[in-house]
Amino acid sequence: MRGLLARQHYDEMRDAQGQVREHFRALSEWLAETPARRVAEKRREADLLFHRVGITFAVYGDEAGAERLIPFDTIPRILPKAEWDELDNGLKQRVDALNRFLHDIYHDQEILKAGVIPPEQVLKNPGFQREMRGVELPNRVYSNIAGIDLVRHSDGKYYVLEDNLRTPSGVSYMIENRKMMMRLFPELFERQTVLPVEHYPALLLETLRASAPPRVREPVVAVLTPGQYNSAYFEHAFLAQQMGVELVEGADLFTKDNFVYMRTTSGRQRVDVIYRRVDDAYLDPLAFNKQSMLGVPGLFAAYRAGNVSLANAVGTGVADDKSTYPYVPEMIRFYLKEEPILANVPTWQCKKPEDLKVVLEKLGELVVKEVQGSGGYGMLVGPSASKSELAAFRKLLKANPSNYIAQPTLSLSTCPTFVKRGVAARHVDLRPYVLSGKEVKLVPGGLTRVALKEGSLVVNSSQGGGTKDTWVVE
Amino acid sequence: MLSRVADRIYWMSRQIERAENMARILGVTSNMVLFGTRETREQNLLAPLTITDSAERYFEQKKPVTLQGLVDFLALDPGNPSSIYSCLRSARENGHAVRWQITSEMWESLNTTWLEMKKVRRADLSGGGATKFFDWVKDRSHLFRGVTYGTIMRGDAFNFSRLGTFLERGDNTARILDVKYHVHLPSVKDVGGALDHYQWTALLRSVSSFETYRTLYRDQIFPIKVAQLLILERRMPRSLAACLDQVTQAMDRIEGHDRAAKRLAGELHARLTHADIEEIFQGGLHEYLTECIADMNELGARIQRAYLGTA
Repeated sequence: MRGLLARQHYDEMRDAQGQVREHFRALSEWLAETPARRVAEKRREADLLFHRVGITFAVYGDEAGAERLIPFDTIPRILPKAEWDELDNGLKQRVDALNRFLHDIYHDQEILKAGVIPPEQVLKNPGFQREMRGVELPNRVYSNIAGIDLVRHSDGKYYVLEDNLRTPSGVSYMIENRKMMMRLFPELFERQTVLPVEHYPALLLETLRASAPPRVREPVVAVLTPGQYNSAYFEHAFLAQQMGVELVEGADLFTKDNFVYMRTTSGRQRVDVIYRRVDDAYLDPLAFNKQSMLGVPGLFAAYRAGNVSLANAVGTGVADDKSTYPYVPEMIRFYLKEEPILANVPTWQCKKPEDLKVVLEKLGELVVKEVQGSGGYGMLVGPSASKSELAAFRKLLKANPSNYIAQPTLSLSTCPTFVKRGVAARHVDLRPYVLSGKEVKLVPGGLTRVALKEGSLVVNSSQGGGTKDTWVVE
Repeated sequence: MLSRVADRIYWMSRQIERAENMARILGVTSNMVLFGTRETREQNLLAPLTITDSAERYFEQKKPVTLQGLVDFLALDPGNPSSIYSCLRSARENGHAVRWQITSEMWESLNTTWLEMKKVRRADLSGGGATKFFDWVKDRSHLFRGVTYGTIMRGDAFNFSRLGTFLERGDNTARILDVKYHVHLPSVKDVGGALDHYQWTALLRSVSSFETYRTLYRDQIFPIKVAQLLILERRMPRSLAACLDQVTQAMDRIEGHDRAAKRLAGELHARLTHADIEEIFQGGLHEYLTECIADMNELGARIQRAYLGTA
């Protein structure tokens, strides 16, 4: 079985000959010499600790406020430093180009004029916010916090699966997983040097402060959450607490004369930077969704006036939409005059009749995704789909082709993972978090998500995925 | 501190205190109905509804007033916002919304209380089970208050928690004392009799001050001394004076531009400090308590406006 998997997929721990890779050696030896009972004990301890601290997330569709624990796997995913350095460069390059793209399309639209991207792709995109045209942002950064999803194919190469430029979540797990590993298995950290990730909140605060409106000397930062029933509420509260800033809801904020204030027990306090974990549509009922109870009336006007910064900016959705994704390598060439360091997954755009034809023919081999979808909802994994699911998707595709893109089913790499019967290979992806303020920064690593079901390629926590600690080792 | 956060902490504390007081009232009632004539028994059963201002709601159900009916409605009914069940649920919800501004011990205490409350079945509260349940509610409230006092930073979270606790308690003590106004004795000759004695004793026990009464007065139980103890005796931690001591101390520590709430708290405090129990009785105890309850209500409203937002 192990040999078969090693041939079919890239395994993070073992090479094609079944030999343990150099950077996994210390862990592998430790696994071999540690009694299974001790490891099992530690796993139970981890579960208990996570429950007590309350690192839970709510799942859509569950009873309101129902909380679940994301399964945590105690075998880390390990990357050698040299490999990480290349990812680091590639991620910085990609996010830089995406931010330049966003600035361009909301200003001179050079990339459209040059014919690199068809204008309707941008201008008719539901994520394109007309109101953002001509708005000047600090450092010209639109996506201050980006989460880039990477997978490793059987060829051993990393591919970017998608860019998350709106409100990427999961970073709290990256930090908590590390804390948990250090608490449970301190001896592992003595055997090799694992580069730290716990300073992420400090970097985030630095990034947010660097994004304040010019002339503000001591910027006041707040985290804006939709509230305690949001699936990522834990993370919002966690980050606010780690940064030492207020966690606010829409009703805590109000605007006056184009400035934004918090309601406090000792009167109003001005807010300069809002790390908002609320979608564009719910930010300001005056500017966007009129029915929104979450938003702050007048916030967008204050934003346009340059009196408050939003991270991320309004209107980034146009750049992380899956129909825009195929153009990212071109953006890198256009803005940076460089070759992309990180590869894109070849993508069929179903809105193109010739692509749709191919997709319908090969549906059983492909992964089909909604262009605006996220969280693993509304997607089809061809090879594991039933006949009726395939037929249903065929109908959807024909009815609304421009709503979908399709990609070959990548064989995500595998990593040893604890399952009921011991240790087995399970598929993983990787989401590093890229912070852009005055400079672009990231902590070494990210969130590794793992599909706990045998053979499954869906790693989303809402679909039964778990997480692992991610180690970059020297 | 954010007004919303202060609001949640204030109400969280009020709700826990309210659950405790409800348990106290029901505990005494379940004991009282064992004494007296049928007429006094009925009056005793009505007392909890009078104290908690919920008679109207109760009679909407068109059910007779029985002890089991009261327990169902005041302890377990999820549809009654003042029931012990609802108070513990709301307190936990409020705590959940601000769990990063309170200590993890406070959150764990609230959460555990609620998880255990959810497991309570109606059958558990029949017979002797009721007393056990009421004692449990009191214990959980004591624990939460102790955990709060012992773990939270002395800042606005602490201040608003204290405000909520002692405003609620003061209101409750005033209402409990006032209930004697509604529960009449069968005839004038019963005044000072065995039945009267049991009623006053029960009242003292409901606010944990029977022993305090004995220690302070070393005397039979006289209404005027009970009133003195529950209204003016600041050494008795559930008296109005003691509650207002705590309220004004908390108000003094809160920074803010408010005048209206602080002034009223000061006035109430001064009135209790310089009052004389004989004068209170001359003017009528019921009238005095009614005014106190109204003033504490107004103080609550002013605190809400000045610090907590109008939500």
